Amino acid sequence: MVAPFYQDLGTPARQSATDVTLEIDGVSVTVPAGTSVMRAASLAEIPVPKLCATDSLEAFGSCRLCLVEIDGRRGTPASCTTPVEPGMKVHTQTDKLAKLRKGVMELYISDHPLDCLTCSANGDCELQDMAGAVGLRNVRYGYDGENHTHLEKDESNPYFTFEASKCIVCSRCVRACEEQQGTFALTIGSRGFQSHVSAGVEENFLESECVSCGACVNACPTATLNEKTIIEAGQPNREVLTTCAYCGVGCSFKAELQGDKVVRMTPWKDGKANHGHSCVKGRFAWGYATHKERITKPMIRAKITDPWQEVSWEVAINHAASEFKRIQAKYGRGSVGGITSSRCTNEETYLVQKLIRAAFGNNNTDTCARVCHSPTGYGLKTTFGTSAGTQDFDSVHEADLIMVIGANPTDAHPVFASAMKHRLREGAQLIVVDPRRIDLVRTPHVEAQHHLQLMPGTNVAVINAIAHVIATEGLLADQYIAERCEEADFKLWLDFIKKPENSPEATEAMSRVPAAELRAAARLYAGAKNAAIYYGLGVTEHSQGTTTVMAMANLAMATGNIGRRGVGINPLRGQNNVQGACDMGSFPHELPGYRHVSDDITRKLFEDAWGVTLDPEPGLRIPNMFDAAIDGTFKGIYVEGEDIVQSDPNTIHVQAAMAAMECVVVQDLFLNETASYAHVFLPGSSFLEKDGTFTNAERRISRVRKATPPVNGLADWEITMALSNALGYPMTYTHPSEIMDEIARLTPGFKGVSYALLDGLGSVQWPCNDAAPLGTPTMHIGGFVRGKGKFMITEYVPTEERTGARFPLLLTTGRILSQYNVGAQSRRTHNSMWHDEDVLEIHPFDAENRGIRDGDRISLNSRVGEITLPAKISDRMQPGVVYTTFHHPETGANVVTTDFSDWATNCPEYKVTAVEVRQTNQYSDWQANNDDFRVQTKRIATAAE
Amino acid sequence: MDDSKRLVTMANQIAAFFKPYAEEDAIKGTYDHLIQFWDPRMRVKMIAHVEAGGDGLSPIALAAAKLLKKPASAA
Ligand code: SF4
Ligand code: SF4
Ligand code: SF4
Ligand code: FES
Repeated sequence: MVAPFYQDLGTPARQSATDVTLEIDGVSVTVPAGTSVMRAASLAEIPVPKLCATDSLEAFGSCRLCLVEIDGRRGTPASCTTPVEPGMKVHTQTDKLAKLRKGVMELYISDHPLDCLTCSANGDCELQDMAGAVGLRNVRYGYDGENHTHLEKDESNPYFTFEASKCIVCSRCVRACEEQQGTFALTIGSRGFQSHVSAGVEENFLESECVSCGACVNACPTATLNEKTIIEAGQPNREVLTTCAYCGVGCSFKAELQGDKVVRMTPWKDGKANHGHSCVKGRFAWGYATHKERITKPMIRAKITDPWQEVSWEVAINHAASEFKRIQAKYGRGSVGGITSSRCTNEETYLVQKLIRAAFGNNNTDTCARVCHSPTGYGLKTTFGTSAGTQDFDSVHEADLIMVIGANPTDAHPVFASAMKHRLREGAQLIVVDPRRIDLVRTPHVEAQHHLQLMPGTNVAVINAIAHVIATEGLLADQYIAERCEEADFKLWLDFIKKPENSPEATEAMSRVPAAELRAAARLYAGAKNAAIYYGLGVTEHSQGTTTVMAMANLAMATGNIGRRGVGINPLRGQNNVQGACDMGSFPHELPGYRHVSDDITRKLFEDAWGVTLDPEPGLRIPNMFDAAIDGTFKGIYVEGEDIVQSDPNTIHVQAAMAAMECVVVQDLFLNETASYAHVFLPGSSFLEKDGTFTNAERRISRVRKATPPVNGLADWEITMALSNALGYPMTYTHPSEIMDEIARLTPGFKGVSYALLDGLGSVQWPCNDAAPLGTPTMHIGGFVRGKGKFMITEYVPTEERTGARFPLLLTTGRILSQYNVGAQSRRTHNSMWHDEDVLEIHPFDAENRGIRDGDRISLNSRVGEITLPAKISDRMQPGVVYTTFHHPETGANVVTTDFSDWATNCPEYKVTAVEVRQTNQYSDWQANNDDFRVQTKRIATAAE
Repeated sequence: MDDSKRLVTMANQIAAFFKPYAEEDAIKGTYDHLIQFWDPRMRVKMIAHVEAGGDGLSPIALAAAKLLKKPASAA
């Protein structure tokens, strides 16, 4: 339950070029054609009583409470389902209507438990409001008749309850699940008095298809569907608007509080990325912020085998600074560096790279985007001129053909997936390119026209083959190419792509995609009016990740699908602020705004602003830092918010690198796996405890607002400032808005961005500058940012990671809905009820060959390491391909992934590892040793002075 | 772990991307990439590897690596 009566206009807005003027209770109102009488009345501040209508859902017309009288019409039509007409004269308050409405309410109330005073929805119940609105004073039918008040409560879902006795069968929940979420988990069973809501075929919520997005709970006008936190704590008394800290969709939320305690996170209706929708993570999985394992005091230790000693902030910061200075004096300026996470705000990330460049005096700064979307930056900058996706999310509503490549939106970007499914249900066509049969391939009322189920590692071959079909079958957008792309590069590309080795028939042997199906998919893409590509880490995390990004860009240019709504190349970013972390100059070769450190003009700009001399040479990227650490030239690191030991590939190599360093400073909420190698631990603050901004996958900058005080005492930007000051480079910001002002001064694409602007607009998509003061939803309209689009030759070069007799299977890794990345946050919530360990999905054929049954513990081996985990028999992959997730540190999925990486960016090749599996009944050596090591290195000594 | 072997693999991967272009452009593309993305100590190591014979480098990678000069600020 969410919106108070006066905010809910009853039915959704309509867009129309035609306006209609009508009269409601004598008041003249003008609205777009297609608007309902109910909405028109609400806009004129004449709210009509309602129960089954809400403006997030299409009208249904079942409760009969919203009746009105219209001059010249017989009867009393429902205002929610009646569209406005010119000159209409509507009456919302007549004696007849009052009587009818009272009668309807009497029926509802006679079958409703009247425990309002003790009900969890007291004060936030539309049934209660309506009883008041229609002036109900007594119930003629009494309360003794047959009713539903004895029905049992379903408390199986960890986050909300379903109390059937309070249900008024308005079907708002059912419609929310269908229209907003697209899961179709709920039904209204039976008819008449027997009708009732149920999750699936009479299962409880937990066992049903429900994905816990919370849409039905928002939509429910009564206490039937209610958050457990509200049942326990009662109604909130204040709210703070902020942004989800999980995935790259960047949903807007109202943090609802009682004093300093968050009691509910409600998706914000006006949020431009989510339009009032959410997924289980942002909506419910925020309890980690107050989890008992959270570290709130700074700690230091001499050796990683020593127990941690709690110390004051001053002692911890000074110790870290003196160690970094000692190391630089001994091993050289370039012997230290730092890493931020895409979970940090823009302002925090900016400050850390500034500290590294200005206080450390080198460019050894990197971000976890290195291991996810760095190829996107490189590939799109080369071809189009900007390192970012081309569209806003809403653009999907105008796509006629959607191609999803190497992404699993229903699990990793659920709210955007719901928007996409909505469009697909409206008739847009779908091509999925993925080694695994992701849910989107077939989900209620959505079915992909083509699933090109390629072998991991063959993306480039498949995208090239699609382009080959387009180029050889006369499907190129000749005029677009002639007008908008570099001619010489196009010609080179055309000669290349037409070669027979790029044909679907030639690539079929390696990709296993049937040539005829690929040809059909290519024709569909080229023939669509608006074709849009959405992709994820299944594209980037390969040794040819950057090449695939360029190949997709070629495809879009070749068919004229860039530069307007409904089309484009759209990276689905994994974490909340991947885009922002890249924008903020976190990469070792680029200053904020993607300007190379060797560019004298840019360096001068920053040197003048920061009062230091900057290093013109690129610094180390994360994998290079590890290599240099093992080599003995890199000795100290400052890691903010990122768990490199769990998330980076080839764990054993990473652990050796970490162990070789002399000073590791970790700033985080929890003692994560990286903290096991740390000498200084600086407790971080959660997104609820600080101000800042996140930039989502559509370049949308949204505010993060402080809802509660930081339990560790300092916001992360304050900690970085303290470290910089102790290193001798002064930073004196008093609020993150001042950091954003500095970013805006120094970065052309952010010139117009300020907290004042964000407060006014809600959010803004960069570029936001004099040319686009309100931001830029669609890029490259009328011309590319780089001038003309540049086709690149994208030859398929197979990865050196090959299967063979020892390692005959290919492992690919991914994510699931309820967990997030390394799981540091989501594992510390009830979300673990859905996924409490990583499992290996294996095809029945491969399992049978090895005598493996569902649930067996198996050993997973690659040339770099071995782990054990349970098997799950699944035919989502082809035979020969196995799949797992990396959410749990005990499993250590990255012990088996290798250090092969993308040629251009060193983004690791997580998606292709040659492996073998066999039955086992014990943990691997790494797991057994690591378990002991984790226990030993996480010990905290009793408070020391 | 043999660090120069890893650098050789990385340089060869870069060269393999540029290989379909005319040889001169491929060498330049590879060289530019090394200059723009490799930290000076990696380039110094590569120079040493080339001086020691450049074992394992593809022709384009070798030609590009030969153009590398010792960076002034090698840490
Ligand atoms: S929580 Fe979401 S998925 Fe589950 S029943 Fe409600 S609307 Fe459907
Ligand atoms: S559960 Fe709530 S939203 Fe669903 S039908 Fe019942 S009262 Fe309406
Ligand atoms: S995790 Fe992503 S989709 Fe879910 S609420 Fe947060 S931002 Fe939205
Ligand atoms: S609100 Fe119109 S029929 Fe229920």
